Amino acid sequence: MSDYNFAYLDEETKRMIRRAILKGVAIPGYQVPFASREMPMPYGWGTGGVQVTAACLTPEDVLKVIDQGADDTTNAVSIRKFFQLTAGVEVTEATAGASLIQTRHRIPEAALTEGQIVVFQVPIPEPLRFLEPRETETRKMHELEEYGLMHVKLYEDIARHGQIATAYAYPVKVEGRYVMDPSPIPKFDNPKLDGSPALMLFGAGREQRIYALPPYTKVVSLDFEDHPFEPSKADHDCDLCGASDTYLDEVIVDDQGGRMFVCSDTDHCRCRREAGHVGRLGVAA
Amino acid sequence: MTPLLQVRGIEKRYGARIGCTGVSFDLYPGEVMGIVGESGSGKSTLLSCLAGHLAPDQGQVIFDTRAKGPVDTVTMAEPERRMLARTDWAFVHQNPRDGLRMGVSAGGNVGERLMAVGARNYGQIRSSAEDWLGRVEIAADRIDDRPAAFSGGMQQRLQIARNLVTGPRLVFMDEPTGGLDVSVQARLLDLLRGLVRRLGLSAVIVTHDLAVVRLLADRLMVMKGGLVVETGLTDQVLDDPQHAYTQLLVSSVLQV
Ligand SMILES: Nc1ncnc2c1ncn2[C@@H]1O[C@H](COP(=O)(O)OP(=O)(O)OP(=O)(O)O)[C@@H](O)[C@H]1O
Ligand SMILES: [Mg+2]
Repeated sequence: MSDYNFAYLDEETKRMIRRAILKGVAIPGYQVPFASREMPMPYGWGTGGVQVTAACLTPEDVLKVIDQGADDTTNAVSIRKFFQLTAGVEVTEATAGASLIQTRHRIPEAALTEGQIVVFQVPIPEPLRFLEPRETETRKMHELEEYGLMHVKLYEDIARHGQIATAYAYPVKVEGRYVMDPSPIPKFDNPKLDGSPALMLFGAGREQRIYALPPYTKVVSLDFEDHPFEPSKADHDCDLCGASDTYLDEVIVDDQGGRMFVCSDTDHCRCRREAGHVGRLGVAA
Repeated sequence: MTPLLQVRGIEKRYGARIGCTGVSFDLYPGEVMGIVGESGSGKSTLLSCLAGHLAPDQGQVIFDTRAKGPVDTVTMAEPERRMLARTDWAFVHQNPRDGLRMGVSAGGNVGERLMAVGARNYGQIRSSAEDWLGRVEIAADRIDDRPAAFSGGMQQRLQIARNLVTGPRLVFMDEPTGGLDVSVQARLLDLLRGLVRRLGLSAVIVTHDLAVVRLLADRLMVMKGGLVVETGLTDQVLDDPQHAYTQLLVSSVLQV
């Protein structure tokens, strides 16, 4: 442990990343370039998020790491171990008990609170990239608020699928100004971005961008008047805890095609079961 | 009447080489100006300067804007110029690939300019797109196909629809019929002529095909070596060319 500086990155690098974060907080939704460092893990494993977390952590922090809502997947476990080893911080699986939550693909179900920081891992920060590959042009579009192209993407969705089929990384407009990719969270989670009391930070390692939503930022999902945004989820209750208002994963349970729906947020599901809630296939805790 | 476009002393150099120089003319509402000349004579350079794609080294391009009347678009703030480019102006490229989004359906291509100026009703955007596809003779059931599935002539017609959907007042075209088969060219020309007449469009059309200007242009500018060597009413210039180069141009076409 003494082999590393606190949280692995050297102080110089952390200061540089903090400056980018502060700029991002000052201009909500704006993608701030930063000099991404090599991390002892491959891109695609959340190197952007890890660098942001490293720059934010203090020895008093309590860290929670989730991947697709779960604390126990390989990615989450290895990032958690990484910071236990390099920063020696306390870790937890309880959303309410964490001061910093690094996440990939989900926002926890439990309401976030003031003082918490959520760090998102971002693969492709540029929401306009899908239709406009030229970086110079997308920058210009952000600068001049030329966002018609974002609606072309939604138009294409409806033309092809009869509805807005974009289910993840659903584009949002921040404080009526910047259009932002909320990272590949399900659109079910988009409403949680709006007016959240927690500070939300987004880090893209390979693309070297950081952006942010300060607490209580207005975040609106883009849509058409006649095809309004809908934060959809599977039309089921959780089979373990019975929750009807959470994002569900579909799980195959046997060779006969049997399946069940369970909360993707494992901590939330366990808390509910411990509080006595029981779903269709669950057993009382 | 105020000219829609007043071009004053436009010059563009590429290092020491002259792209075009000393170009001035007025374009009145409803007028079509043809620009002809051999390869390398500066036609595309001039058109790019007029449309704001290139910054000229000298000169003014004064456009009669809806809000503020005549304004020099060269010195205008960039956001304003880009706004003009997607509302009151249109640009039809020679190669439809330069003017279309190849990864987006025909309907999305036509709808883009509407969405760019704030249209947020899917049903209305789609019916405008259908209407415009019809006007350029593309069957309504092709609305969800991508341009890659279209012939060259169809792609060019789609590019025209995509440009005209916001009701621009000025259309720039660089060789709109170039690269197409002769029979396809004829049909496109016919369509363009109908649209220009019906919509009362003003246009600047670059071509080295004299048949195109004969059919579409009210007036003609002949360029050579970056300079305008002759200008006048189309029929006048073609039937009674004054400059030796224009005479050569006209006679060489007649020999074909
Ligand atoms: N990007 C460039 N860099 C340097 N020189 C250029 C550039 N573009 C054009 N030129 C030169 O400027 C002159 C005018 O070129 P331009 O493309 O405007 O001609 P044109 O009349 O459109 O020709 P064409 O009929 O072949 O399209 C030519 O001498 C050309 O070589
Ligand atoms: Mg040219």
